[in-house]
Amino acid sequence: MPIQQVQAEQFQSYPPQAKQIATSHIGLLQQLPLAFLPLLLREVIVYDWKFPAERDEIDRQFRYLESLTAVQLSSAMSSFAKLKLSPELESMDWTGAPSRFSEKLSANLWATHQIDDFSNAAEEYIRAFNTAVPAAAAPVSRLGIAVIAQEISQTNYRLFRKLRPHGVYFDHVDPKSSYELLLETVAARTQAHPAPYGHWCIDGGEQPALQKNQIASVAYGSLQPVRKALIRKMQQVSASQAGVEVLRTRLAETDPSEVGMKHVTDDPVLSRFAISVLTEGAGTQIYSTTFVQWAAREALRRARPLTIVARFAPRQTEESADEELSGIQQRAVLDPAGSLVDADMGAYYTWINLQRLPGDSSFVAWFEGHNEAVAIAPSLVPGTASHDNVNLAEILRRIQSTS
Amino acid sequence: MDPFGTHRGIEHAISWNRREFLRTATGATAAAMLSAFSPLRAMAMRKGQKAVVVTFGGGTRDEETFMPDGQENIPHLLKDFIPQGTFFTQVVNRGILGHYVATASLVTGVYETFNNFAAVAPDNPTVFEYFRKGLGRPASDAWVVAPSNGFGLIGESSHYSYGPGQGAGVILPKRLLAAAMPANNSSGYDHLLRDNYESPVYAPALGVSDEQLHQMAQMLKLSVADFAAHARSLRSPDELSVYVARQLMHQLAPSLLWITLHDIDVAHAGTYSLYIDAIQRSDRLCGEIWQMIQSEPEYAGKTTMFILPDFGRDSDTASGGNGFQHHRTGDAFSRTTWMMVRGAGVRENVLVDRPVESTDLVPTLGSLFGFSPDFSHGKVLPEVL
Repeated sequence: MPIQQVQAEQFQSYPPQAKQIATSHIGLLQQLPLAFLPLLLREVIVYDWKFPAERDEIDRQFRYLESLTAVQLSSAMSSFAKLKLSPELESMDWTGAPSRFSEKLSANLWATHQIDDFSNAAEEYIRAFNTAVPAAAAPVSRLGIAVIAQEISQTNYRLFRKLRPHGVYFDHVDPKSSYELLLETVAARTQAHPAPYGHWCIDGGEQPALQKNQIASVAYGSLQPVRKALIRKMQQVSASQAGVEVLRTRLAETDPSEVGMKHVTDDPVLSRFAISVLTEGAGTQIYSTTFVQWAAREALRRARPLTIVARFAPRQTEESADEELSGIQQRAVLDPAGSLVDADMGAYYTWINLQRLPGDSSFVAWFEGHNEAVAIAPSLVPGTASHDNVNLAEILRRIQSTS
Repeated sequence: MDPFGTHRGIEHAISWNRREFLRTATGATAAAMLSAFSPLRAMAMRKGQKAVVVTFGGGTRDEETFMPDGQENIPHLLKDFIPQGTFFTQVVNRGILGHYVATASLVTGVYETFNNFAAVAPDNPTVFEYFRKGLGRPASDAWVVAPSNGFGLIGESSHYSYGPGQGAGVILPKRLLAAAMPANNSSGYDHLLRDNYESPVYAPALGVSDEQLHQMAQMLKLSVADFAAHARSLRSPDELSVYVARQLMHQLAPSLLWITLHDIDVAHAGTYSLYIDAIQRSDRLCGEIWQMIQSEPEYAGKTTMFILPDFGRDSDTASGGNGFQHHRTGDAFSRTTWMMVRGAGVRENVLVDRPVESTDLVPTLGSLFGFSPDFSHGKVLPEVL
C-alpha cells in the first residue's frame, strides 16, 4: 500500500493510546518514506506499554516532525527516502506488523549494502530531533550501582579491570558492608525524587523486599516459572524446524499472559519489559548474569532511570544450561568462577550504558562480602587507587557528595 | 561514493594497534619491502601443494586477542604462528555479518547476499569447485568440516557453470553424532549438539540415514560406536570437528581442507567467560591442527595453513550493539579482522599492514594451487606467494 493512502482505519487494531497517536497524525504519516515510517510505527504500536521516557521521546518526535515545513520535512527524510527497498517490503503489512517489517528491512539493507547509509541517516535524524526538541534535564545526577553477589567466588581474576581506569579502585572495603544499605539508598533517592520507573533494582537472584509501588524491579529468580514457560515454547518452535527467524518472531510476539507473567507482577508496563528482556535478549533465559546485564542495559536505554542497582548472582554452568534447554535438568549447577568474569564485564557494560544517558552520573561497582570496589564520579580522579579502610556507606558518600 | 569511507580511519587504527602491539610482542617485521609478487616461486610450490583453511565462525575482537589484555588468550597464535608466518593486520569484511553467509563469501570470494538463516547454496562458484574443475581433482580431494547444520550446502554453489557433484564434500560432525547417538538419546552429548548460538535452543539435527552414517564411518575408518564413545570425552563442538578433521586428513588427505570453528559464537549467550574460554580453545585447536599437519607425511612440508575469523564483533562503544555479545552494528570493529598464514613457502615473522578484504582469500588460493577463480571479486595477496 502506498504511504500516501494511509488512513485511520489501518490503526484500528492498535491499543487505545497508540491508536490515538497514530490517527491524530495521519497527515504527517502520509509524507514519511517507507524506510522510516514503519520504524516509527513500531514504537507507536506499543505506546500503551512504554515507559514515560519512551513516551516522551515519541511525543517529541511527532512535535519535531510536525514543526517542519514540507520542504524541511522532505530534507530531513531525504536520506531515508534515497534508500532502495525491495518490492516485497513495499507489499508488506507495515502498519499492522511494523516489527516484522523492520526485521525484513534490516535484512534487505544488509543484503543491498545500504546498512551503513541507513545507520548514518538514523543517527542524523536522532541528533536533529533531539537538538530541536530536547528532553527535559534529569532532576538529579544519576546513580548506577553494580553488585557482584557474595555467592560468586573470588579467584585470581583481576576484578574491575576495565572500570579501574575510569575511577577510584578501593581495595580495603569493609567486607561487612551490606546490600541492604544500597536498597536504603535507592529508597531514599526514590523519596527525594519520585518518578515512575525512575528508580530500579535488577537482581540475578530472588526479588529483594522493596517499596514496589515506587521502585521498578525485576529478578531472574522470581521469573523462573516464566522462563520455564518460554523455554517450553522455544523447544516447541525449534522441534518444528521452523528456523531461527521464526523462533525469534514467535518469541517477540509472546503475550505476558501466555507465559504466566500475571503471577509475577500486575504492572503491565513492567510485565512487558520483563518479557522483552527474556524474548529479545540472547542468553537471558538461561544465564542470570546475562539477564541482569541485558535488563540493566534495556532499563537504562528505555526508562532512563535516575537510580539503578544491578546485582549479579551466580549463573549456571554451560552444561547445566544445555540440560535446562533440553528439558532434562534435575538441578542447576552453578559456575561461581565464570560468573565473576561475567559479572565484571556486566558491571562495565552497565557503566557504559549509564554514560550514554544525558547529564551527570556516578557509578559504584562492589564485590559484596569482599574488599574490592570501584567508584566513578565527576570529582574523583580516574585511574587512581585508594587503600583507605572504608565501608560502602563512605564510598557512596564520596560519590554523592559530588552530585 | 564509498559507503564505508567513514570507517576507514577506524579500520586503520585497528590495524595500527595490532601492528604496534605485535611488533612489541614478537619483533615481527613489516612486509612492505618483501611484498613483491613471486610468480616463479608460486609455480614451484604447486606440486603436492595442500592448504588447510581454518575460520573462526564467531568472530573475535582485538581486545580479547591481539591487544595486551587479550594476549593471555592466544599463546599459540602469538608465540608459534606469528613468528613463523605472515600476519595480515587489517582484513575487512564488507559483506553481511552473519556466519553462514559470511563464510560463504569467504568460500566464493564474492560478498554473498542470501538470507543467513536460509538453507541455500552460495550463488557464486566456491573455491572447491574452482579447485576441482580447474585442476581435474577428484571429489575426495576437497572437504569441508563445519559445525553447524546450516553449513550443509556450502561445498558447492548454485552457479550455472558448476553445481551438484563438482564441489567439496561437507561433513557436519554434529549431524553425524546425532545419528550415531544410542537410540537418539542425547544425554551426555547436549553440549556437542548446540547448533546455532544466535538461537537459544539448538535446531534438531537434519536427518542422516544409517546408510549415510555408516558410509561416512567407513570412509573415515571409524566405527560408529567408537565415534560416539570418543565424542562423549570431548568438551565442545569444535573439538569434535577437529577430531573428524584428523580422521579425514589421515584417511583421505584432501589437498584442500576447510575447517570452520564455531565455539567462539557462544558469546551470543552474553557470557564473557565462556567467550574467553572458546577463544583459548580455538587457539589451542589451531595449534593442534598445525601439529596434525606436521605429523601427517601427506601434509608435512607442503601445506599452507590459513587462519582467519569470518569477521569481528561489536565494539563496547557502539550504541546499537551490546559489545562482545553480537555482531549486529556493522561498525568498523565488527568488520575488521585479521588473517594468519603459515607453512610451506610462507615468509616468517612478517606483518602486512595494508588493508585487504576477506574475499581476497579465494584468488590467493587460486594462485597457490594454479586455478582461476573467474567469478571471484577478490584480489590475489602477493605477500603469501
